[in-house]
Amino acid sequence: MKILYFAWLRSKVGIGEEAVTPPAEVKTVGALLDWLATRGPKYAAALANRSIVRVAVNQEYVGGDQPLKDGDEVALFPPVTGG
Amino acid sequence: MIKVQREDFDVGAEIERLTAGRHDIGGVATFIGLVREFVGSAGVGDAKVGAMTLEHYPGMTEKQLAAIEAEARQRWPLVATLIVHRYGRLEPGERIVFVATASAHRQAALEACAFLIDWLKTKAPFWKLEETTAGEQWVAARDSDAAAASRWVKKVAE
Repeated sequence: MKILYFAWLRSKVGIGEEAVTPPAEVKTVGALLDWLATRGPKYAAALANRSIVRVAVNQEYVGGDQPLKDGDEVALFPPVTGG
Repeated sequence: MIKVQREDFDVGAEIERLTAGRHDIGGVATFIGLVREFVGSAGVGDAKVGAMTLEHYPGMTEKQLAAIEAEARQRWPLVATLIVHRYGRLEPGERIVFVATASAHRQAALEACAFLIDWLKTKAPFWKLEETTAGEQWVAARDSDAAAASRWVKKVAE
């Protein structure tokens, strides 16, 4: 599964993109964020406040209960500030 | 039409292209967003913005902008629409975004233009990193932008 990080999530995690293989019990976006947060202090810090983390799966906005499958592109980013 | 690009755009030329050869357009509404030199609302003593860098999510950006444009064309009788959004490092006074809507009548053009910029601000995956006199900072999303976008949601429910 490919994970992308943007804006301050990228700065806090320290990378823009990575391939991960979460354990089999990680079946939803919410569970993925919980699992990612356990991967180290940088991840924990980046994901400390979930209310300001937005998630897109395969480039569509999703909520925490969105199911995940192999090969999904999951992007984590702050609320958008374009325009 | 959607354009996501690093380079600047020529407002006159874009409008010209949008309306060229058409005789069914009665009005064109446009919005141009520029880089401001102050953070938030202009208060004395606030940090000044030297430049900002717009980051985006290539692929999703185009997809979201196309969806927003399609939504506008479904809601209003538009003849032509254009969204140009820049990314990369921009200095105060530089153009960031251009929205143009063309319709047979002004009301549809004006409303759709306001809708597009309001929705774009809350849905298109762009983020602004400001270089200010107080250091670098990621611009936080504003409640007022969410409120501006939500008025278009209410409109549908009525």
